[in-house]
Amino acid sequence: MRMIKNFFKTFLLFELLKGMALTGRYFFARKITVQFPEEKTPQGFRFRGLHAQRRYANGEERCIGCKLCEAVCPALAIKIEVAEREDGTRRTTQYDIDLTKCIFCGFCEESCPVDAIVETRVFEYHGEKRGDLYYTKDMLLAIGDKYEAQIAKDRAADAKYR
Amino acid sequence: MINIEIDGKLVETERGSTVMDAAHHAGVYIPHFCYHKKLSIAANCRMCLVEIEKAPKPMPACATPAAEGMKVRTHSEMAVKAQQGVMEFLLINHPLDCPICDQGGECQLQDLAVGYGGGASRYKEEKRIVMHKDIGALVSTEEMSRCIQCTRCVRFGQEIAGVMELGMAFRGEHAEIMSFVNSSVDSELSGNMIDLCPVGALTSKPFRYTARSWELSRRRSVSPHDGLGANLAVQVKDNKVMRVVPIENEGINECWISDKDRFSYEGLNSPERLTKPMLKQDGKWIEVDWQAALEYVANGLRQVAGSAGAEQIAALATPNSTAEELYLLQKLMRGIGSGNVDFRLRQSDFSADGKQAGATWLGMPVAEINTRDRFLIVGSFLRKDHPLLAARIRQAVKKGAQVNIIHSSDDDLLMPLANKAIVAPDALVDALSRVANDIAAKRNEGIAGSLASGERVVVLLGNFAQQHPQAAQLHILAQQIAAAANGKFGFLGEAANSVGAHLAGAVPFGNSKQGMNAAQMLASPRKAYVLLNVEPELDMHDPQRAISVMQAADMVVAMSAYKHRATEYADVLLPIAPFTETSGTFVNTEGSVQSFRGAVKPLGEARPAWKVLRVLGNLLNVSGFDYDSSEAVRDEVLPGTNVSDKLNNHISGVALQATTGSNQGLQRVSDVPIYFADAIVRRASALQKTRDAATPCVAMHSGELNKLGVKSGDTVKVSQGSASVRLTVQANDRMPMQTARVAAGHPATAALGAMFGTIAVERA
Repeated sequence: MRMIKNFFKTFLLFELLKGMALTGRYFFARKITVQFPEEKTPQGFRFRGLHAQRRYANGEERCIGCKLCEAVCPALAIKIEVAEREDGTRRTTQYDIDLTKCIFCGFCEESCPVDAIVETRVFEYHGEKRGDLYYTKDMLLAIGDKYEAQIAKDRAADAKYR
Repeated sequence: MINIEIDGKLVETERGSTVMDAAHHAGVYIPHFCYHKKLSIAANCRMCLVEIEKAPKPMPACATPAAEGMKVRTHSEMAVKAQQGVMEFLLINHPLDCPICDQGGECQLQDLAVGYGGGASRYKEEKRIVMHKDIGALVSTEEMSRCIQCTRCVRFGQEIAGVMELGMAFRGEHAEIMSFVNSSVDSELSGNMIDLCPVGALTSKPFRYTARSWELSRRRSVSPHDGLGANLAVQVKDNKVMRVVPIENEGINECWISDKDRFSYEGLNSPERLTKPMLKQDGKWIEVDWQAALEYVANGLRQVAGSAGAEQIAALATPNSTAEELYLLQKLMRGIGSGNVDFRLRQSDFSADGKQAGATWLGMPVAEINTRDRFLIVGSFLRKDHPLLAARIRQAVKKGAQVNIIHSSDDDLLMPLANKAIVAPDALVDALSRVANDIAAKRNEGIAGSLASGERVVVLLGNFAQQHPQAAQLHILAQQIAAAANGKFGFLGEAANSVGAHLAGAVPFGNSKQGMNAAQMLASPRKAYVLLNVEPELDMHDPQRAISVMQAADMVVAMSAYKHRATEYADVLLPIAPFTETSGTFVNTEGSVQSFRGAVKPLGEARPAWKVLRVLGNLLNVSGFDYDSSEAVRDEVLPGTNVSDKLNNHISGVALQATTGSNQGLQRVSDVPIYFADAIVRRASALQKTRDAATPCVAMHSGELNKLGVKSGDTVKVSQGSASVRLTVQANDRMPMQTARVAAGHPATAALGAMFGTIAVERA
């Protein structure tokens, strides 16, 4: 019986029709393709994108230069130098993240005792030269200033799970 | 010996020892904060509570004597609950912001809180705040709120440093550690409190907020300063020395180091560092490459040797240089035909040269100091010249030893003295010979009586005695006294490598090629000088003479890690690497040969001095200069590492001269201030802010001040030889009459003449 079935399948293009049927089904189904950049996929509040350095409401930078993020970074992408500021607090004199090394694991964010270094929802940054992705303290603070509202909202949403 | 059981392990421990000691032997860790093996037991932190069978309550392991058959459980439910309870109490007032604290990462409280602390604090009330106080340039009390009142720092001051500079004021929750009102902590051992503090309450001021402990790599090294040769861990980040901490070596520095060893690293990063070879051309300094500089030196030396004879070339080195450097320097000099090489820059009496049986040393191992019961210390600013040896002598005194002093200044040694003879420098020999006579005649009074009543006597000659114009007389008298008292006799080595320099042959005698000593090189000026690490105006016995001789010389080659006054008279400056940037060997005062490697790369173009000397040897065609490593040099100069057969303080052939004090005029007593003793420490910025580094005053007995008609605090004119300087005068009744103490080795007094001799002080 099977032999007869196989015999007819060999010249009636049964497999081809089966495949084309699948194609046909998707041809008329509702599309899920996102038309980036006009359209965007939804993001969770824990999305780990471009890094930012935050400030307190009074404009004081949050970072206290404890270097935990530098120590925990598995890709060794963070470089920090610290010094004592005139008011006796420890502050960073250099805070660089090499985004070509960064693997966006989020450990820096997690280790930070003062929520100073955070990862934002921004993922569309780019650079034309390799060095463009070497972010310094000023650049990171500027990103923080720009997206503070969104960052604060995301931290608030995540607060009850931390 | 008694047997006790700790966590099921049977341990044998000495009768009278504590449970903590026994646990240590058994390798069982009991958490603790206030306990420290070198300090007395306070038992006030309560962290070491353990369960002891048949005891109704947990007991502190550090204060509970071990008893036969005792059963101790350190991790039982009862013990752990007690420890957790103590931890919770300790954390009530301790801030919980470890990321801010400078101690974070190397904090005992942080470590133990991981094991015994709760996940969250139940304490919601306000925490105690302690305001910081300024206690000097070295120790920061910025975060005194973190103090857990273990009192280690207080006990260290009282018991080891010999002076209670920190204390606990107020009671209960208001208790806080502070110094006496408006006073700083000036002990020369104060830095150890930073190590002792189990939390971040006392931290290092120069290091504060510059790095985190986990970023630093530790490299072993040896102190290049005093004669002790303390073992150091040089902590390095990004090829820069960030700080220095002790490495425990029970036989040498125990677990302490002096502030000089700890904070001098700032001098290594000083902006005064010389980073490129420099040549003077037409009165201007130009930077050149090594090739040009070395060829210039070789040609210059060859020219002097050719035209005026090799004996017109002289070499001076500091005893802070490594044995390899000193050996190659003397080999180079002797190779070109000159025996003029010396490291005893501050010595003035060389009459014992060639009459010694070996290199002068401590005469015993350092650790043996603790077991001696009678000390006679001749001519030593003990606390400032040998801070840790002084601490050891202090320990011996605690066990009942008697200390006798013969010196020209009655400095407070922070220990009780049995007898002292404080006399003018020219009466020092007299005072010592009186003791020698008393001992010989068995007159048991005063110093002789003290020495005669002891079983383990030691006679020690300090730096002042070695620099004294009658050093050989003091030497032979001290030797006689030690022999008569059946004791030991030793020298307190002036610098890190005083013994090693002898062994390396950096002296003008004891070699087939003999030459001039340091004093003769200045007395009959030479045409060319090679200076290894030397700053003549600060390191020499007679700076006035040294500078004028250097200025008159045809050629001065200064090998130095720093740009210093040599720019005025030198022709070539060769940048050499200080001890952290070169490998080398120091032989300390007890004769321990301690080699170390470079901790960081040399700064700029600086090179290890042994390499520089090796290349100079090649350029001057001296044979036997084909070393590939400093180890090869060491194997030649110190074959094996046991040098004990070359150490001998015995001297013979020096006649005792009956001397009487000249009793004329005022005599200079000069110390070398602790933070000006060598090139590195002079440039250590924090140490230079301490009281010990203040501009020297003229210290005189108030009777002498009355004679002059000046009062303490006035400015006076101090003259010696052709020069005079203006200094503040200070009444100090601890000085004998007819003396004026004017420190040497300091830029403010560098214009003056010899360290000993007459000096004139008049109203300015």
